[in-house]
Amino acid sequence: MKKEKKMTLTLPADELMACGHLACQGCGATLAMRYMLKALGQKTVLCIPACCWAVIDGPYPYSSMDVPIYHCAFETAASTATGVKAGLEMTGDTETTVVAWAGDGGTFDIGLQALSGAAERNEDIIYVCYDNEAYMNTGIQRSSATPYGAWTTTTPVKHFKTRPKKDIVAILAAHRIPYIATASISHPEDFFKKMTKAKGIKGTRFFHVYAPCPTGWKSRPDDTVKLARMAVQNAYFPLFEIEDGLRTTLNLKLKEKKPINDYLRLQGRFRHLNEAQIAELQAEVDARWERLLKGCGA
Amino acid sequence: MKKVMMGNHALSYGAMLSRSQVIAAYPITPQTQVVELLSEMCADGTLAAQFIKVESEHSAMASCIGASVAGARTFTATSSQGLALMHEMLHWASGGRHPIVMGNVNRSMAPGWSIWTDQNDSLSQRDTGWMQYYCSSNQEVLDTVIQAFKVSEKLMIPAMVVLDAFALSHTYEVVEIPEQEKVDKYLPPFKPAIRLTPSDPHAFGGLTGSEHYFELRYKLQKDMEKAPALIEETGREYEKLFGRYLGLVDPYRCDDAEFVFVTSGTAGFTARVAVDDLRMSGVKAGNLRIKVFRPFPFAKVREVLQKVRKAAVVDRNCSYGAHGIFYQEVKSALYGEAGMPPLFGYITGLGGRDITVDTFKEVAAHALSKDKADEEIVWIGVKK
Repeated sequence: MKKEKKMTLTLPADELMACGHLACQGCGATLAMRYMLKALGQKTVLCIPACCWAVIDGPYPYSSMDVPIYHCAFETAASTATGVKAGLEMTGDTETTVVAWAGDGGTFDIGLQALSGAAERNEDIIYVCYDNEAYMNTGIQRSSATPYGAWTTTTPVKHFKTRPKKDIVAILAAHRIPYIATASISHPEDFFKKMTKAKGIKGTRFFHVYAPCPTGWKSRPDDTVKLARMAVQNAYFPLFEIEDGLRTTLNLKLKEKKPINDYLRLQGRFRHLNEAQIAELQAEVDARWERLLKGCGA
Repeated sequence: MKKVMMGNHALSYGAMLSRSQVIAAYPITPQTQVVELLSEMCADGTLAAQFIKVESEHSAMASCIGASVAGARTFTATSSQGLALMHEMLHWASGGRHPIVMGNVNRSMAPGWSIWTDQNDSLSQRDTGWMQYYCSSNQEVLDTVIQAFKVSEKLMIPAMVVLDAFALSHTYEVVEIPEQEKVDKYLPPFKPAIRLTPSDPHAFGGLTGSEHYFELRYKLQKDMEKAPALIEETGREYEKLFGRYLGLVDPYRCDDAEFVFVTSGTAGFTARVAVDDLRMSGVKAGNLRIKVFRPFPFAKVREVLQKVRKAAVVDRNCSYGAHGIFYQEVKSALYGEAGMPPLFGYITGLGGRDITVDTFKEVAAHALSKDKADEEIVWIGVKK
């Protein structure tokens, strides 16, 4: 008789995000929210600035979430969350986890000042940046999270982005906050584990979550998880954590670091790149990876 | 208990007696003493509040909004450039119906850099949906903060308590500090009907289509229209407990007046001295000090001015391309009403130039020499 294969469900079955949301097909940011809430549970409050998720949740008077949300101004995810935490504590609720949940534009660009302020004060919040590498909600404009070479509506192929992606994790590490982690929707167990760990830490915790966007990347909706996994495996988006801004731990060691070509080929936003340009992006990924390994003491 | 204190500290004491629970603030001259004293009060336990030392005024208001929606009584203070930086969040606070109370020290807008007083900073925020109270004494500053919380929390509309830079913010006056027990009786703890809590999850301020948005703003205006009566009612209640009435306007010798100044801020008290002097020289003068600018006390203004022969609005501000801002408001209050007096508009004291008794005498001499105004702005004390 054939041996029966068993898969163990490693994540809680409870869902705090219901169906009926307004995300595009294959939206990575939606999976990111779902996995985060599985780790944080119902005693969670979300502060969401202008970003895709300001829409995904559903229009007034509807919400697809079983946790409360405050929709805040674009640059105020961190400062609003700071106030919410203080307000909850002053009214007797010291348990609820307060999350600032923002896109890359709201984090790398317009919200950076408020985030830096909150991090420097070590406010007791979890800040999650779901990164789809451009202003997707407004129609795919470049942000400082957009990588070298990518097409966006404000970086047309004849004038694509020639500067590298901003190293947001290094900026946060420089604030010496207690916990920073990268996470990917392709690795939910790793994401869940680190989010659960973060929940138990006091102070500012920062998550940089990779969230592919088929609409903006010109990729197939059914390739979202695959792309996210490829980005981890080719070290474009490695999984690691940093404690107190000092101790870096690689969460997923790569047996074989794959080249980025296959990853790029699945996305229309990189289609115009020639070999030399791809090599330039590859060199940047390699250099970043080397720096990370060095940081881990490897 | 009586205490000699500066106007800025009157704001701090008002916030303390109101038992503010969260304060988020950023320093700016000439507001700094407000938050310095509050941070001391929080540090030594005089006030059981969290003080968030944010990195900008924009974040100050964002944090206040977060704290307010979580159900805490929330206070901040700013001035001028800081208030302007908050502009986006001022709309957010009123649109989200968060009853935050904020002190604003009137300081001129740069450039050129000025730390001295005029009203263009707060009046630029006229249409943000905040209530605005203009104060003329330190006592009034302290009392108004307490009243502002009461009115704001009833209507779920934020309020600004405004005082002149230096002329009030740094001027020391004797202030009666109300007993905490009586303040607690007047102002019970903040208990909003709904708040941001996992025990009753809601989404606040999500995407709102044209099917709903209009009604939300209609309700804001309708509630703002309830404010004048509520300010008078809570003002009388305050008077019963503390002996000082806090109303919409403050008429001085207006009952039999033929000529009335319309004023606000500290100039409103200077005008009283000019009124007394003018009366000694035979002019039946009066002064109508406007205490509440938003909601604008249209009925009260008409009630006082319909009995006089001439009125002169003295503005420490300018709506460039139009006129003095209080002048415009008073004019709109009188328009279309029978028996209203001719109105004269004066602009003076921008950038902290002194407004003295002589300034008002110059205004009076000009207005009394003419049957009606032949220009919309008469500039007093400007080097042309």
